[in-house]
Amino acid sequence: MAHGAGGKASRRLVDGLLAPLLYRQSDPVEGDRLADAARVLVGGASVAITTDSFVVTPLAFPGGSIGELAVNGTVNDLAVGGARPVALVTTLVLEAGLPTETLVAELRAMRRAAGVAGVAIVGGDTKVVEHGKVDRLYISTTGLGHPLPGVTLGARSVRPGDRILLSGPIGDHGITILLARGELDLEADLRSDTRSVFPLVEALAAAAGPGLRWMRDPTRGGVATSLNELALDSSLGIHLSEEAIPVRDEVRGACELLGLDPLHIANEGQFLAVVAAEAAERGLEAIRRVPGGEAAVVIGEVREEPQAAVLAGSRYGGTRIVDMLVGDPLPRIC
Amino acid sequence: MKFVDEFRDSDLIGRARDEIRRLADPARHYRLMEVCGGHTHAIYRFGLKDVLPSNIELIHGPGCPVCVLPMGRIDDGLELARRPDVIFAAFGDMMRVPGAHGSPLEHKARGMDVRIVYSPTDALKLARSNPGRHVMFFAIGFETTAPSTALTLMRAKAEGIENFSVFCNHVTIIPAIRAILDSPDMRLDGFIGPGHVSTVIGCRPYEWIARTEGKPIVVSGFEPLDLLQSIVMLLRQLRARRAGVENQYQRVVPWEGNRAALAAMAEVFELRPYFEWRGLGFISQSALRLREAYARWDAERVFDVAGVRVTDPKAAQCGEVLKGVLKPAQCKLFGKECTPEHPVGALMVSSEGSCAAYYNYEHRKTAGQLRILTPA
Repeated sequence: MAHGAGGKASRRLVDGLLAPLLYRQSDPVEGDRLADAARVLVGGASVAITTDSFVVTPLAFPGGSIGELAVNGTVNDLAVGGARPVALVTTLVLEAGLPTETLVAELRAMRRAAGVAGVAIVGGDTKVVEHGKVDRLYISTTGLGHPLPGVTLGARSVRPGDRILLSGPIGDHGITILLARGELDLEADLRSDTRSVFPLVEALAAAAGPGLRWMRDPTRGGVATSLNELALDSSLGIHLSEEAIPVRDEVRGACELLGLDPLHIANEGQFLAVVAAEAAERGLEAIRRVPGGEAAVVIGEVREEPQAAVLAGSRYGGTRIVDMLVGDPLPRIC
Repeated sequence: MKFVDEFRDSDLIGRARDEIRRLADPARHYRLMEVCGGHTHAIYRFGLKDVLPSNIELIHGPGCPVCVLPMGRIDDGLELARRPDVIFAAFGDMMRVPGAHGSPLEHKARGMDVRIVYSPTDALKLARSNPGRHVMFFAIGFETTAPSTALTLMRAKAEGIENFSVFCNHVTIIPAIRAILDSPDMRLDGFIGPGHVSTVIGCRPYEWIARTEGKPIVVSGFEPLDLLQSIVMLLRQLRARRAGVENQYQRVVPWEGNRAALAAMAEVFELRPYFEWRGLGFISQSALRLREAYARWDAERVFDVAGVRVTDPKAAQCGEVLKGVLKPAQCKLFGKECTPEHPVGALMVSSEGSCAAYYNYEHRKTAGQLRILTPA
């Protein structure tokens, strides 16, 4: 199960097994193959392509549902891959006996999210499997995007001195889902942050130009995992300022109670960007001018050391390593 | 956020740090033990070693309930859960702890019905909603969690719920501290006393540490300012050549403890004559078992328990680390064979275990590069 939780085991599964077995040297691909979206040459033109599948319990939760996640998740993978989302195709895997109204509600949610994100849903496939073989409804979406002009992203272009930007408060989605499962006697006024981040990315890319080096949406495994991947892929050190990382009180409170780290909690509507120091202020201002980007902040910077690690420091002088998540975040009680 | 922000305030922390530097005699080396695993976690999580002068050494104590549990107990519990009618319920803390044949999570992946619960009452709820099954709650923890197990058993008895049992691994903190003090290779100057345990037992049970052992002890909270203030209080006692019990965590810990919780424990539990601790060996009267009146809810009496004894992997030095004799990184397996992903010993699993805390937060830091960013 840990292999699906987005942390170290997931990375080992992809790097160690999937990529070597599936990829060939001669594939018509540009740039980083393990980024959120791949670039393929089609008739001489570069196209961004990505896919994702969505499994969530409960299907609907405050702030969204699996249908919205399925659209926004793929839209965001394209966006942080430096591409304008254009079209999606989808596969629905339905458990026999799924109530029609549930399916209708989720299709409407997909339609609504696609409308907001400005992508077309242009096709799909449906499978119905026996009762008990899947948990009600799984959705997979594959997205095509048009690369933004002048944007080249990759961990290898990241340099010491670059700044780390974060689009807004973290942990809303993961904690909302945890509470929506109803297993904890905890309630909070929280909503999933699921949304398209493309408008924010577009503004940043326009303002920062070639100063924009790398982007990632910190979904499963949270900000800690995305930044550790960056640290590993670039062999550089990521320094965070603990106090600068925006976390809502509701999320902090739940994390404090359960012994979880907000940096490990999933997000569905935020992104991280590495921007050259001289473009950071400009980029930040551009994001903040877009509705929904007001809370964007610089949370840290890239340095030579410690190599391939993420370090968080507090204003009082304490520092700690921020590691990738191992398996699922498990609440700590005793 | 109230009760958090004020205890992480950098100005106040700076003042505590300055006071520690003023009080600490530069010609002297101080060895202070934080008994509780929660403190160990907080010390690394908040990077407090960076704040303390180098002549104040914090020694990690045995107060991590998952870590002190010998592997045989986990194997015994999992063995009972092999019966198809049994649901194994435990806190998330237990789920990755390795037994001889894998952790509860690995058993779950192989098909065992393993559930994570957030409280023993959730396990009782499971029993109510699964009348055809038997729910066994694998209870762990010091006096912090023992009262909630006790209340759950009282409720099970009152409601006559029979498809529920407790595999009791509750331990008590005082005998563990005594074992540490009796250990000949351990020289300590004072103790940072456990916070959560003391909310239940109060501060009186520590008086012998000050009186007969001559060591100061300060019961402490878990925020950075709590820990630094506790160190200030210890240094003041040491400087005045005093040894007393003091309570830094007054906002939570009553001097006399929680009488209702103690009464529930007394109703349900009695002391075992002896119990095995990882690293510390058999300690007499150091753990709890269910009283005769609760025998029908005692998994060790309802089922046949093999009483497996498994020695820790030879190369692992969990015991020495647990006693504070070795630092985590001094163990031969640390960061090589033993990591949070592939833990050999429980200290690498539990977030309160000193190896996991050191690995996750401290290990890989390099000195000299740690100029701290000030937020924009």
